[in-house]
Amino acid sequence: MLPKLPRDNLLELCRRMFVIRHFEESLVPLHDKGVFGGHYHLYIGQEATGVPAISCLRSDDYLFTTHRNHGHLLARGAEPKRLLAEILGRADGLNKGKGGSFHSVAPTLGFLHSSGVVAGIIPLSTGTAYASKALKNGRLTVCLFGDGSLEEGAAPEAFNLASLNKLPVLFLCENNGKYGAGRAVAAGQSSSMAAYPLTDLPKAYKIPAQLIDGIDAGLVHATVSEAVEKIRRGEGPQFIEAQTVRWPGSETNWPSVPHPTDSSLAWDVSGVQEKAREWYRSCDPLLVFARELVEANQATKDDLASMERQVKTEIAAAVEFAVASPYPKPEEAERNFFA
Amino acid sequence: MRELAYYEAKFEALDEIMAADQRVHLINGTFLSLSPHRHVFQNLAKKYGDRMMSPPISELGFCGLATGAAMAGLRPIVDLSTGSFIYEAWPQVANEAANAYSMSGGQTRVPVVFHLFHGLRGGGAAQHSGSPQAMLWNCPGLEIAIPSSPRDVKGLLKTAVASDNPTIFVDHVRLLDLRGEVPENDKPIPFGVADIKRAGSDVTLIATSHTVQVCLKAAEKLAKEGIEVEVVDPRTLVPFDLATILSSVEKTRRVVIADETHQSCGVAAEIAARIAETGFDKLKTRIRRVSTLDVPVPYSPPLEAHIGPSESRIIDAVRASVA
Ligand SMILES: Cc1ncc(C[n+]2csc(CCOP(=O)(O)OP(=O)(O)O)c2C)c(N)n1
Ligand SMILES: [Mg+2]
Repeated sequence: MLPKLPRDNLLELCRRMFVIRHFEESLVPLHDKGVFGGHYHLYIGQEATGVPAISCLRSDDYLFTTHRNHGHLLARGAEPKRLLAEILGRADGLNKGKGGSFHSVAPTLGFLHSSGVVAGIIPLSTGTAYASKALKNGRLTVCLFGDGSLEEGAAPEAFNLASLNKLPVLFLCENNGKYGAGRAVAAGQSSSMAAYPLTDLPKAYKIPAQLIDGIDAGLVHATVSEAVEKIRRGEGPQFIEAQTVRWPGSETNWPSVPHPTDSSLAWDVSGVQEKAREWYRSCDPLLVFARELVEANQATKDDLASMERQVKTEIAAAVEFAVASPYPKPEEAERNFFA
Repeated sequence: MRELAYYEAKFEALDEIMAADQRVHLINGTFLSLSPHRHVFQNLAKKYGDRMMSPPISELGFCGLATGAAMAGLRPIVDLSTGSFIYEAWPQVANEAANAYSMSGGQTRVPVVFHLFHGLRGGGAAQHSGSPQAMLWNCPGLEIAIPSSPRDVKGLLKTAVASDNPTIFVDHVRLLDLRGEVPENDKPIPFGVADIKRAGSDVTLIATSHTVQVCLKAAEKLAKEGIEVEVVDPRTLVPFDLATILSSVEKTRRVVIADETHQSCGVAAEIAARIAETGFDKLKTRIRRVSTLDVPVPYSPPLEAHIGPSESRIIDAVRASVA
């Protein structure tokens, strides 16, 4: 369902989902051509979780994210060209090329630190929440992490700390392994987590926890809004597990695009290779959202097509900017690692 | 001049720091560890209870909490008490706190202090006698302060809390009762400034933490044999004051390094390498190390005493150096 928001807001959510999708798809050829090395993780398939969830926040709230951070930064309004420059290791990157895909940050947007260590951010998020509570500034922390994070000991330690101290933090667990197509291919979640459903773990620490469909933008928006309100009222931490179905393009070790996204796919997936067709037909959150907008008369197919054209132009310009951006000077490697 | 016990100087520093800066929070806290002076800490708790947190036994969790709180504007001091317990928190200290400033391109500051008691303490055995500062020195992005006297603990703790970088504050329970001069209204001690704890012309004896005190006693005995030892205490490992050491070496042309970290890749190893690389031509004889032997720390008293940088091992090394 659609979030209960005015039309302009809905269209902006849609635009941000397009930005994420086309940004992410643009990385694959850049990587395959050797424009950048290093592993990278795409947010495709999770847009309807991150975009509506992040839209529920105040501009001064804190966010922590993981190796799969591009979508979160873009959802919050980071400039695609500077994020791309960072991924390419360039001087104009968000972190001046010192972080890369794993560690892109944007402190002005509330992203202080992105960790490539699975679960590394979960204890940190209790810290910003602890500081907000001590400083009484009303700032909330959202910690965005994958289902795999719950397998690390850091997660339960942090849940215990957050619960005991009623810290203002939302743990938003993005489980991109629905139907067992996650880390252990063709295996169920319970093959790697004895605490299953995953919400059992936070519940053991008395943290209210809900399981929702992460493809349903309206449900994500409603659930996160409500959780955020409770946290702001001082009720302590909340946990949400949002389930999505893994994009077939990231089933392989290195991402590959099974079919370039175009909003017309929302109504006709016959051109998509058979293996990936079902995902684009029923599991692609962006296409679901596009269909819902049109069915609810909030946009026409033409509106969406022209929005998508603009986004593609913006991403093409971002690629041009990032590729043209210089590398940092080699000596910079020896500098600026202390404040 | 005023004399204080080490634990009193440390307590006074904490009190002054917390009074002066509302951003300072204590996460976990014994700070005086198992010493008989623990009660002193209760006075702090009475004054600043709202800025003190007693977390569950979750070193990984609460070191991460402190690191995150530092990113968001507080200046937490985390007490790990026994230094070996920092191994439980390694991912947060070595992989998050140490890296955040650099990998954010200089945008995220992490002004957190991790306090720990390192070293041989008498019966600590293998799991409560660790000296993790050498491993942490191998982890760029952390500052490391390591006091050896009442005056230094006060002055260095103030600088550690004022620093915008994550700082490891390496302490030793065997120092707690040591008495020494601590002037009233003493200034903070800047990082990266070594201190000549005893002047001498024959051998440069470099030491850290409690081993500085062992070296000072050894130096008195050696003086009776006519060997004048200069005891140099770097006081911080990061940043490291090589210049003061080299100018001492210029004078003595002989170096012994005594330290409680294990020998391999230990603190003495790194200091020896730096002197050899930049001051080799000044040396009249090879550099000698007196480190903790490369074995897990044994429990039994004579075994524990055997492996550490004891006075007798230090004296032997100095004698060999001038022979
Ligand atoms: C501490 C640690 N162990 C292992 C890895 C290697 N690793 C990178 S991503 C990943 C899977 C994480 O799964 P999940 O948290 O569900 O996130 P997803 O990639 O599915 O978004 C692993 C094991 C790591 N980065 N950090
Ligand atoms: Mg996952």
